[in-house]
Amino acid sequence: MMGERVIGDVILDLRNISLAFGGVKALTEISFDVREHEIRAIIGPNGAGKSSMLNVISGVYRPQQGEIVFHGEHFARMNSYKAAKAGIARTFQNIALFKGMSVLDNIMTGRTLMMKANLLQQAFWWGPARREELAHRAKVEEIIDFLEIQHIRKTPVGRLPYGLQKRVDLGRALAMEPRILLLDEPMAGMNVEEKQDMSRFILDVNDQMGTTIVLIEHDMGVVMDISDRVVVLDYGKKIGDGSPDAVRANPEVIQAYLGASH
Amino acid sequence: MIYRENGQFKTSYAADQQIFPIVQDRWAMLLLLVVAFVGVPLLSSEYLFRAIFIPFLILSLAAIGVNLLVGYCGQITLGAGAFMAVGAYAAYNFSIRIDGMPLLGALLLGGLSAAAMGIVFGAPSLRVRGLYLAMATLAAQFFWDWAFLRIKWFTNDAPSGSVSISHLQVMGWPIESPVEKYLFCLTLLAVFALAAKNLTRSSIGRQWMAIRDMDVAAEVIGIRPMFAKLSAFAVSSFYVGVAGALWGFVHLSSWEPAAFSVDRSFQLLFMVIIGGMGSIMGSFFGAAFIVVLPIFLNQMLPWLGELVGLSISTAAVSHAEFMIFGALIVFFLIVEPHGIARLWSTGKEKLRLWPFPH
Repeated sequence: MMGERVIGDVILDLRNISLAFGGVKALTEISFDVREHEIRAIIGPNGAGKSSMLNVISGVYRPQQGEIVFHGEHFARMNSYKAAKAGIARTFQNIALFKGMSVLDNIMTGRTLMMKANLLQQAFWWGPARREELAHRAKVEEIIDFLEIQHIRKTPVGRLPYGLQKRVDLGRALAMEPRILLLDEPMAGMNVEEKQDMSRFILDVNDQMGTTIVLIEHDMGVVMDISDRVVVLDYGKKIGDGSPDAVRANPEVIQAYLGASH
Repeated sequence: MIYRENGQFKTSYAADQQIFPIVQDRWAMLLLLVVAFVGVPLLSSEYLFRAIFIPFLILSLAAIGVNLLVGYCGQITLGAGAFMAVGAYAAYNFSIRIDGMPLLGALLLGGLSAAAMGIVFGAPSLRVRGLYLAMATLAAQFFWDWAFLRIKWFTNDAPSGSVSISHLQVMGWPIESPVEKYLFCLTLLAVFALAAKNLTRSSIGRQWMAIRDMDVAAEVIGIRPMFAKLSAFAVSSFYVGVAGALWGFVHLSSWEPAAFSVDRSFQLLFMVIIGGMGSIMGSFFGAAFIVVLPIFLNQMLPWLGELVGLSISTAAVSHAEFMIFGALIVFFLIVEPHGIARLWSTGKEKLRLWPFPH
């Protein structure tokens, strides 16, 4: 599909992840890996634990058991800060933008970790602070161009329609220049044209920037079209893993989606 | 028709990131500064300086501080009065206990002491938010009210409990007359307001706003809530502390703890809410509203009464003042819950299109 794209080695390895909220088991001993440059999809019925899985990887939830290996580094307890430092970025299912800030400022926050000027330099717009601000602005403008949102860069995100907000959410994650990008239902609630645009952005990010992508999506057409490998979860357990075609033919997966034939 | 930005093209990001990107705004700001630095001192009476201008400037500074915390970082505080007190008493102690402590040094050290206290009393914000945080900051208020009243060391064992300071000077320039005090406060305010604006448009300001708007998402992009919240408390308390020191040294010159009671905390919070949360300019509007309006009403009501043939007693004037003031606050909050600053920016957007509304 992508021609020359080379899938590399495993960069993210999840080993025996279990997560429970009180007595409710959200994830049970899940293991799977993600290879460099690939698009990896996580699918499954509602409540299967897909979002919990992303929350574990990005350090929002702490699993009771298991280990995350990212770029050879072992994380028994990931937290959001460590994840961001390591180069893991994500978007949210129900958009979590900073409503009071402009599109530009929202995407600029994505570069926080790269900005080093101290408080006094910032207060007086002193040399380093000013230079840094301008350099990062130039980078952010590249992302704005890429996502074709130049016309709304000064608009507060609260005023934008849903589809554009999703794009800004992606832009903020891209601003971190992540090694791996986790997308939580990037196309939920979109119409066909918006889905096509978003698919194109995801493929371009993967292709041009070489970013590895893990995505959760309900639209099977999209998943089967753009992903290299698919993990299927149901009731917090892994029931399938493999290429889109293999997963589609897996009887357990068919049963989870269509119900058992009695 | 005059307020148009047609033809003003930005060719660099530096030009686009200016505080006032529109040429007309820059001229208006320059004009305002000229009026404030030259016009007002030439034209005003001593009464105006003492009753309006100096309190307005100092409370604007405090309101900016509170706005950085409440408006930008979304952490509510009811302890602003206490941080003003910490700033004032710390500056007082530094200047009487250390020989030759310059005025500016004492003010800044007062501010730094308040910043340290801000970090201590802001620590609960890491665990609680909203009304519960308001309670925690209220504790700071009660604690410092008590401390400055009862611990004699802070007041240098003054028998009456009130402390005073005199013979202010900055590098040989005396700060004695109302005009000198006014100019001193104005200069400080201009520098501090500019610094606050710079902070809010750079990385630290974006971190504060990110924590305010969506803390989970902020953490995921690598913002540490502890750093963001405590730095907001520190910077905010620094501003409020310097304002407190100015209030004591320059405005009152002798004061007791009651000058920084819980009423002051509420007053500052109201300024921020009425002026506009998350707006430096809003802090000025809020301070003007709270400081100037009561005096204005006080002067206007008897005059209006005479106009319709009524003579209003002094007591009635002061009652009416409270009632009208309260009603105006409610009116403003209903018409524009985002404060006067939002009204101002909506007005500016309309003006850009006027007289053709589309």
